[in-house]
Amino acid sequence: MLAAQFPVFPVIIPLLSAPLAALMPNRLLAWLLALAVSLVVFVTAIFLAISVYDGTIISYAVGGWVAPYGIEVRIDAFSALMLLVVSGASTLALLTAKPSIDQDIAADRQPLFYAAWLLALAAYGGIAVAGDAFNIFVFMEISSLASYVLIANGPHRGALPATFKYLVMGTVGASFYLIGVGLVYMMTGTLNLADLSQRLMNAPHLHPVMLAAAFVTIGLALKAAIFPLHVWMPNAYAKAPSAVAVFLAASATKVMLYVLFRFDFLVFGGALALHDLHFASFLMPLALLAMIIGSAVAMREQNIKRMMGYSSVAQLGYILLGATLLSTAGLTAAVVHMFNHAMIKGGLFLAIAALVVRIGGADLKAFEGAGRRMPWTMAGFVFLGMSLVGVPLTAGFISKWVLVEAALEQGALGVALIVAILISSLMAVVYIWRVVEVAYFRAPADDLPPPREAPLVMLIPLWGMVGLNIYFGLDPHIPMELAGHAAQILMEHAK
Amino acid sequence: MTDRFILSAILLIPAVAAILIAFLARFPNLRDGLGLIAAFALTIMVWCLLPGVMAGDRPQLILFDILPHVPLAFRIEPLGMVFAALASLLWIISTIYSIGYMRGNKEAHQGRFFALFAVALFAVMGVAMASNLLTLFIFYEVLTLSTYPLVTHKGDANSMRSGRVYFGVLIGASIGLFLPAIIWTYSLTGTLDFQSGGILDGHIAGPALGLMLGLYVFGVAKAAVMPFHKWLPAAMVAPTPVSALLHAVAVVKAGVFTITKVIILIFGYDFLFNSGMGSWLVPVAAFTIIAASLVALQQTNLKRMLAYSTISQLSYIVMATAILAPLSQIAAILHIVAHAFGKITLFFAAGSIYTASKKTEITQLNGIGLRMPITMGAFAIGALSMIGVPPTAGFVSKWYLLSGAFAVENYIAIGTVVLSTALNAGYFLPIIFRAFFRAEDVPPPLDHKEANVPIRIALIATSLLVLVFFVFNGPVIDLVMPIVEMRP
Repeated sequence: MLAAQFPVFPVIIPLLSAPLAALMPNRLLAWLLALAVSLVVFVTAIFLAISVYDGTIISYAVGGWVAPYGIEVRIDAFSALMLLVVSGASTLALLTAKPSIDQDIAADRQPLFYAAWLLALAAYGGIAVAGDAFNIFVFMEISSLASYVLIANGPHRGALPATFKYLVMGTVGASFYLIGVGLVYMMTGTLNLADLSQRLMNAPHLHPVMLAAAFVTIGLALKAAIFPLHVWMPNAYAKAPSAVAVFLAASATKVMLYVLFRFDFLVFGGALALHDLHFASFLMPLALLAMIIGSAVAMREQNIKRMMGYSSVAQLGYILLGATLLSTAGLTAAVVHMFNHAMIKGGLFLAIAALVVRIGGADLKAFEGAGRRMPWTMAGFVFLGMSLVGVPLTAGFISKWVLVEAALEQGALGVALIVAILISSLMAVVYIWRVVEVAYFRAPADDLPPPREAPLVMLIPLWGMVGLNIYFGLDPHIPMELAGHAAQILMEHAK
Repeated sequence: MTDRFILSAILLIPAVAAILIAFLARFPNLRDGLGLIAAFALTIMVWCLLPGVMAGDRPQLILFDILPHVPLAFRIEPLGMVFAALASLLWIISTIYSIGYMRGNKEAHQGRFFALFAVALFAVMGVAMASNLLTLFIFYEVLTLSTYPLVTHKGDANSMRSGRVYFGVLIGASIGLFLPAIIWTYSLTGTLDFQSGGILDGHIAGPALGLMLGLYVFGVAKAAVMPFHKWLPAAMVAPTPVSALLHAVAVVKAGVFTITKVIILIFGYDFLFNSGMGSWLVPVAAFTIIAASLVALQQTNLKRMLAYSTISQLSYIVMATAILAPLSQIAAILHIVAHAFGKITLFFAAGSIYTASKKTEITQLNGIGLRMPITMGAFAIGALSMIGVPPTAGFVSKWYLLSGAFAVENYIAIGTVVLSTALNAGYFLPIIFRAFFRAEDVPPPLDHKEANVPIRIALIATSLLVLVFFVFNGPVIDLVMPIVEMRP
């Protein structure tokens, strides 16, 4: 009986526990509660992923009210994969958060901080499972508000302007999305996504729908940090507490891309003739620019967290590029990279968090001699960096392989795209190697305290992530299968 | 079942050795003893397979699919057999040599050094036995990554700079050119298996074929075909045993081995020959042979001169393959072996000189032959093999190369071999002359004799191999004959 309720667990459990966390008498209990909840959600996500692994779709009517009138929770392979990413990132971040959160945030504020964290988790999970446009908006707002709180808790004053920038841009993005949703509601009288895509085909006028498509796409592009609307993102990650960066860098922008794909492929793709082509011709150039410019900025960046932020801009470009190929292979590549990049970037930010706990700063200069002072942490960073670059035997390699293969289907255009992919990969080699050279070849300053490895509670999960990257680099069946189903669902309208 | 066991053992022995060496880093004798045992065990395992492979067996080990129809899998065919047998045998000798060299020079971080050395051998075995391009590529990259810390072993600014060149060229070319070629092949054929007769026939034609060949040849930068050769001189900042085994044998041979294997088993000999799209490779390799020799002539640092000589010799192998004649194909494989024996001897000698006297420049070598007769005697044998004078190994491969070139009347190749032989003589003979027949101008600051015993043992062993291979090359020819005879 309980298993039938699983689809709503990822939302209601963290949502109901958030006030509890705020009421916890001390930081240890609050942390334990948050971790336990996150773990439960993660396990639920695994169960859900197993039950949709063969391509089935779970539809759950909240309160017994049937869609399209009631609220529908809908879980297919794509949403299950997003749930895995969100809850996995949150669990990883919480598991390792204790040392760095204790350093970054005052003890009496921590219960409230963890409450905000649980709200963010509930909201991101909610976006992944929601079957209608308005609930997505509601969860988007909750996630944004919670994220602002999380980021504003950053250890330096710079966190506040970073949050403010995020807040302004995020609000603009959400408003655009809401305008777009309002327009389609006006035309169809429904908000359920599956129902929308049906009814839009018979919409009396198409101009409002086209306008809606523009608003929704741009609003979500802003929230997903698609170039050139990414300016809020690197600073938000750099100034946030290290543990928050692990969580958000792995999941936040990907959830928004997920919504973007759902709308553009499922809702608008079926209703508007040529929408796919407009989508591709508008976003593909942006994806390419993101890949090249994001990497180029990362190459020159002096702060490692910001470097990784710009690297994320480039990596989101890969995901978007895969989607703009408008083929099942391309979308599979995009979704697989969502999964793989979450593992890679989550791991990298975790390594950085571990380094920051001991070194105190994230400037490249502070990392001098880190290879000798913290050999295990740095080695983990190097492995994950290789996965980011796409060295064989790592998950990143699989991403690149399927993306290049999908691009090859496109003929001459594909060759040009592959050149861009490879140039961007080589740029990734350069920025990762800058860190490696600083950490391994520069002697540490003399006045530093004796070297100390990162706490085991961070080190073991870090190497767990390295292990996962290698495992999914050797045997990518699970993400490939889920991504394959997701791509089929997204491409269905084209048939 | 036993095949699976042996193949697994060949991969596991160096991998496990690497881990154990890393853990035993603090006990030098135990650690080095273990390294030596691993080298012997590996060699025995590899050589166990030899009779079977000569009789026509193709032992294989298939693990699991990474991509549809592309498993992580290993299969021993004659080319890989030759390469694995060569690398494992020379690992023993160079382990002995390394022990003498690293201790003689009191190098730091010896545990890390020997552990990474074993990782590199693990990668070499993977490259040698790979049954498809993806498996080969994976181990090819492991080889690059594991040798980078060996190149930058000293950890100073100079080795960091050189390491950047090393890493940049090798990784850049492999990701930028080699990998796209592999994916292109996969998308055309749906497979990446090495098959006799190749897999590309009928899937690609015209200039695109020439382009793909170019992606492979330049993408496999370990073969150091110009202009992708700069990493090899840069790698000379490494301790000499690394230069000797890895940058004269294992890494560079992995490069030419890959190119040879791709040309024979991916493109297919007949297909490439009939299409005419492979003909550009001969002049490109010829240019590298001559240009690298000309640069070598001007070098004053002994190891750098040897590096440029290696670049030139590697392109012999590429050119021999590219001639696409059966006899020259045999020459390519013979030269993989012959050059390995000769060049490792030369590097051993260079390291021996450095250990005993700290000399690195050619001009400092006056009269050193009288102080170090074994070292310089071995050097002379290695040098004669590079030039191709009988009774050394180099003569044999050159003979077959010329025979093959005459058979298809490829006069560019013939002219290149003649000219390059003269150039080789031009930069090796003066060193021998200097060492034995010029008097020491000033007494050296260090009054020295020969280097320590392990170094001498290694030198004698490899120089004997150079001489023995002149007579005893039949097994290699028998082994590769089946591949070569494919052609009508």
